[in-house]
Amino acid sequence: MAKNISLKIDGKPCNCEASLTVLEACQKNGINIPTLCYLKDINKEAACSICLVEIKGAKNLARSCVTSVKEGMEIATNTPRVRNARKLNMELLLAGHPKDCLCCDRNQSCELRKLAFDMGISQVRFPKTIKTELPLDTTSVSLVRDPNKCILCGRCVSVCSGIQSVKAIDFSGRGKSSKVTTFFDSGLANSVCVNCGQCLLVCPTGAITEQGATDGVWQELADPKKFVVVEVAPAVRAAIGEEFGMPAGTLATAKMTQALRKLGFAKVFDTQFSADLTIMEEGYELIGRIKNKGKLPLITSCSPGWIKFAEHFFPGILGHVSSCKSPQQMFGAIAKTYYAEKYNLDPRNIVVVSIMPCTAKKFEAKRPEMKSAFAYWKDKLSLKESESFYDVDYVLTTREASRLIKEAGIDFINLAGEDFDAPLGVSTGAAVIFGATGGVMEAALRTAYEVLTGKNLEKVDFMELRGLTGIKVAEVDIDGLKVKVAVANSLSNARVLLDEVKAGRSPYVFIEIMTCPGGCIGGAGQPIPTDEAVRLKRIEAIYREDKNKALRKSHENPAVQALYKEFLIKPLGEKSHHLLHTHYTERKEVK
Amino acid sequence: MEHKKLNPELVELVQKWKDKEGNLIMILHEIQNHHGYVPRELSLELSKMLDVPLARIYEVITFYNYFKLEPPGKHRIALCMGTACYLRGSAVILEEIKSILGIQEGQTTKDGLFYLDAVRCLGCCGLAPVVMIDNKVYGKVKKNEIADILSKYIKEE
Repeated sequence: MAKNISLKIDGKPCNCEASLTVLEACQKNGINIPTLCYLKDINKEAACSICLVEIKGAKNLARSCVTSVKEGMEIATNTPRVRNARKLNMELLLAGHPKDCLCCDRNQSCELRKLAFDMGISQVRFPKTIKTELPLDTTSVSLVRDPNKCILCGRCVSVCSGIQSVKAIDFSGRGKSSKVTTFFDSGLANSVCVNCGQCLLVCPTGAITEQGATDGVWQELADPKKFVVVEVAPAVRAAIGEEFGMPAGTLATAKMTQALRKLGFAKVFDTQFSADLTIMEEGYELIGRIKNKGKLPLITSCSPGWIKFAEHFFPGILGHVSSCKSPQQMFGAIAKTYYAEKYNLDPRNIVVVSIMPCTAKKFEAKRPEMKSAFAYWKDKLSLKESESFYDVDYVLTTREASRLIKEAGIDFINLAGEDFDAPLGVSTGAAVIFGATGGVMEAALRTAYEVLTGKNLEKVDFMELRGLTGIKVAEVDIDGLKVKVAVANSLSNARVLLDEVKAGRSPYVFIEIMTCPGGCIGGAGQPIPTDEAVRLKRIEAIYREDKNKALRKSHENPAVQALYKEFLIKPLGEKSHHLLHTHYTERKEVK
Repeated sequence: MEHKKLNPELVELVQKWKDKEGNLIMILHEIQNHHGYVPRELSLELSKMLDVPLARIYEVITFYNYFKLEPPGKHRIALCMGTACYLRGSAVILEEIKSILGIQEGQTTKDGLFYLDAVRCLGCCGLAPVVMIDNKVYGKVKKNEIADILSKYIKEE
């Protein structure tokens, strides 16, 4: 039992654990102190000086986020001195911040704007801080950094280093020339940045945003020659409602599907179809490696942030990573080959738009090797190299998709709801749970069990693999064969498992790695805020959807079965090899 | 650009400091002293040897004025911006030097001939405004004399 101390907050006696900070003690006692740079468990830079409080006997005001409580402490959180000091600091921050809020990406979700309003800032008494306009970092295909909107809170630096252990960005310079940047200012694309975008999610302002693709999608939708199809990732349906004011944890699958159809997409398909397909390919890859004593553990490959992370930091273990493309990419390749043939469409006119909870997916879609459908058609249609096309043409985040819907004036909340189109919109519960940490593992086990044993799996829920814990391990009994598996979410947790693999002492057969905390539902393309409470609610929604599905195992998906029968022939076959599998390359630290 | 490598002495130093707190700054000091700046390639090498992220190395190099990112020019121009010199018009002199050489403070000319530094008090306020090039002091400098002073160094080449 932690030691308790007594103290007074705003004149009221109270108790709390001795290990708390003043901020935490106040929060526990129902007193709200405004904070800006502080982010629970992630950032404690004490950079902003907004969370000031008065402590009896202390000469200066204290930053509550980094001040520890003491026995008998008397804290005042709402005195004129405290309010004035907080306001002064806020005004100084605002003096150096652009005021073009109307056109800012974060207009509706800016913490700085909200805080200024909540603090009653009605004017900024200081002239605009003289800052030279700094160039934007637009090198990355996933993220844009605008140092002019940065308030130097340090959250992005902390999340990149602490949660993700990537450390692509840090502060540079000092005083008024301080800024957050990459090594030699060379831009995110030329650094070890894995495009996970967790920096974007924690940024309190619009200093980090996604590379937008909505304009391109509008153009394609308006082109009568094009057959524009959309695929939607599992995690999107568990979050997109938030963009329209629905509570976190709302499942908006049917409304989302109808809204996308209203936007003009020729077919509304589901990335869950190709998630089921991924399980078939990856499941057979795993079974093959177990039976043939291949390289183990096998590690999942759906999360593109993790893939780039492995290419930078663990090139020696790339042989352990499944050669399966991610569901997004499998979908593009199948849509432009199998679907095109089946419905007699010219693959050059098919435009694949994907809606993802993710910023790294934008990078993944533009990897040079992701042109499998073009390779498939090249000789058949005598295509020139200059006519080459990607398997997935545009990647939109959940936020961008909601912007399209808003722009089109669609009354999202009041839509009755519709279903996905067949056949690439048919999916099972196993595919839904790809959206939450542990889900790919659970889905793979559901299929591997039945394929390996030939028996029916009664209990499909693997509870020990669910939840937000950073590293989850389990031993699964597959008809007497004990299989040790592990699941990691966030890259600092992944690093722990990967160090074991690198050292050759990993006890596991199969490892799932998701780049973002909580898995895809916590990806950087999702609505803001995405915090722990929101993540948990989205995860609940994901498992609810799984339960609602008539089919819960990927190999039972009739559309996937038809795809194998009509086109692919068998998992890991010749066509799969060309269309559904990929390879990885070692990457240098910087270009 | 010529490829810079850690010299054997530095490798020894890295070994010595490798596991100690504050090693990065000690080693960067040595590199700065040896080369007159911290070459980019050496930062890359150091990052691997010490397992320190590149962004962190860049943070340290840019935080302290002592470290330079570019090779020093052959001649260092130190222009005094201290109180006395400033009141005597050193800001005008600074602008003149910048416009003639086409560089900002802290930069080196393309030909590598001059490095421009704005400094605080050179200890001869009686001569304000003062420009020092290498070890030679020019006192009571006027704007129209700058071009002549600089051309002496250019002619030497």
